[in-house]
Amino acid sequence: KYIHIINKADMAASKGLKILVGCKRVIDYAVKVRVKPDRSGVVTEGVKHSMNPFDEIAVEEAVRMKEKKLAGEAVAISVGPPQSQETLRTALAMGIDRAIHVEIPLAQLEKLQPIHVSKLLAKVCESEKPDLVILGKQAIDDDCNQTGQMLAALLDWPQATFASKIEPSQDSKQLRVTREVDGGLETIDVSVPAVVTSDLRLNEPRYATLPNIMKAKKKPLAKMSPDQLGVDLQPRQEVISVEDPPVRKAGAKVESVEDLVGKLREKGLVK
Amino acid sequence: FTQNEVAPHMQKWDAEHIFPVEMFTKTAALGFGAIYCKEEHGGSGLSRLDASLIFEAIATGCVTSSAYLSIHNMCAWMIDSTGTEEQRAKWLPQLAPMSRLASYCLTEPGSGSDAAALKTTAKSDGNYYVLNGSKAFISGAGATDLYLVMCRTGADGPKGISCVMVEKDTPGLSFGKIERKLGWNAQPTREVVFENCRVPKSNRLGPEGSGFGLAMRGLNGGRVNIASCSLGAAHASLLAAREYMTVRKQFGKQLAEFQALQFQLAEMAAQLVSSRLLVRQAAQSLDSGDPGAPAVCALAKLHATEQCFDVCNRALQLFGGYGYLLDFPVQQYLRDSRVNCILEGTNQVMRMLVARDIIGRLGDA
Repeated sequence: KYIHIINKADMAASKGLKILVGCKRVIDYAVKVRVKPDRSGVVTEGVKHSMNPFDEIAVEEAVRMKEKKLAGEAVAISVGPPQSQETLRTALAMGIDRAIHVEIPLAQLEKLQPIHVSKLLAKVCESEKPDLVILGKQAIDDDCNQTGQMLAALLDWPQATFASKIEPSQDSKQLRVTREVDGGLETIDVSVPAVVTSDLRLNEPRYATLPNIMKAKKKPLAKMSPDQLGVDLQPRQEVISVEDPPVRKAGAKVESVEDLVGKLREKGLVK
Repeated sequence: FTQNEVAPHMQKWDAEHIFPVEMFTKTAALGFGAIYCKEEHGGSGLSRLDASLIFEAIATGCVTSSAYLSIHNMCAWMIDSTGTEEQRAKWLPQLAPMSRLASYCLTEPGSGSDAAALKTTAKSDGNYYVLNGSKAFISGAGATDLYLVMCRTGADGPKGISCVMVEKDTPGLSFGKIERKLGWNAQPTREVVFENCRVPKSNRLGPEGSGFGLAMRGLNGGRVNIASCSLGAAHASLLAAREYMTVRKQFGKQLAEFQALQFQLAEMAAQLVSSRLLVRQAAQSLDSGDPGAPAVCALAKLHATEQCFDVCNRALQLFGGYGYLLDFPVQQYLRDSRVNCILEGTNQVMRMLVARDIIGRLGDA
């Protein structure tokens, strides 16, 4: 088990939290996704990719915490193919200080699962020792919503998922996170180090400005491999097939409530 | 940025004749106010090619706004490249964030293509020039703060022309009525009138007699930029037409299934992509300091503005009756890109420049 002991000094007085932000390179949200003819997955070659929108929100939050002096250093990390470097450069252009790229060989990319990613992140946390890890709540390609939770479990750290607000707690010794849950909003206090996952309404990410895009080219970007981190990427799942959802069939209009009930009975949906 | 901050407002700005100053401030915050000016005083220090990409992208959301942005950038560059240290230090920190806006004044009621025949005079009076005359078709006039005026300080012809910067509230500077135009409605276009307008000689850019050359050098980049705006219009129109063709059905089929219409799209793509390559080549020739750059820029402007207007026109046709309605965007791309064939040097002048370059190279392979 990994245990991280920090000096629980007043957060406002300290030189700020160290934040690690996860960014995933995914197919751009505006692209019309197509299933491969062999039904093994979706077409990714030649398709526009960008940073997962929830991760953009995570990056933005980290940068804002730096601007509010709650955070001292913000580091972005991406687990993915060589092109993930572009995603990291976007994070750097938004104001992140430095980046880490855990490069995954193409052959293993398709079989990469949250369990692997969370193990890789946990290993990086051992050496980087962040006070706060912010991840997007889920990736828009697989919609897993698992990595943050798994990471917290592996590290035995508290987690605050679906965050719509992050601020210091009243005594400034913890983080107060407002979470979006089915019943509404839940506010909890978590001690650091902690894992937080970002939800849609946490913030609105900034545009990277041209001068910052140019500066980002000079910011440090370190490369690592899963072997170096000692994590095995053996798949735990096998994708059997990926198919289009069934084409939407026409519905039928009914004239009266009696007709509606009758039709529902016909279909065996109502006794 | 274009998708969120520009495109949604394109129609409104056109219909209500709004000059979107707040949007320009936002673009300047991204570093687009002085794209190819040196970083020293707030420029972004990027290349003409980078600028071309930026103007093309913004033009997909609003051709007129991108065109004004390019004019502002051209003026900022003229100051950055030719200004004294004092002039650069005074103006670039205001122009780069677009807290002050600029206009370029060359054309007059009596001299358009024959630009060197301009008549606005700047008579010397101690430490001042006294300007008399008028400029026509000035983009942004009345709404902008700094006017780069090509005026006559010397004898007839190009060598007697200097470039003088005139600030907005200078006594003797006034504006004509806002012109009613076919397009570019998101930008006021007016006559600029000088009546004994006193301007300090320290506002002159470069030595006396160098104004025409400076104006022409500014236009080389301006032509690449305006051509880039045409590219954006054509690109957006082509995509709009493509989408419409997959939605609209006639005779039991999508429009996209008719070969004649498919061929239209293919030809439009050929027009757009070839134009784009030529425009980017012209931008690169400016970046690399190629002495032949002016001719390539003229060629790119000539080709791209005409081909891209045609793309917009074809796209409008593909929309059928709906294309003619103001609710649909292609008519605005069409109207806004039409003037690109006329300003920054008419396409007839572009032909003159290219022909002169070709014949002048008699003896080259």
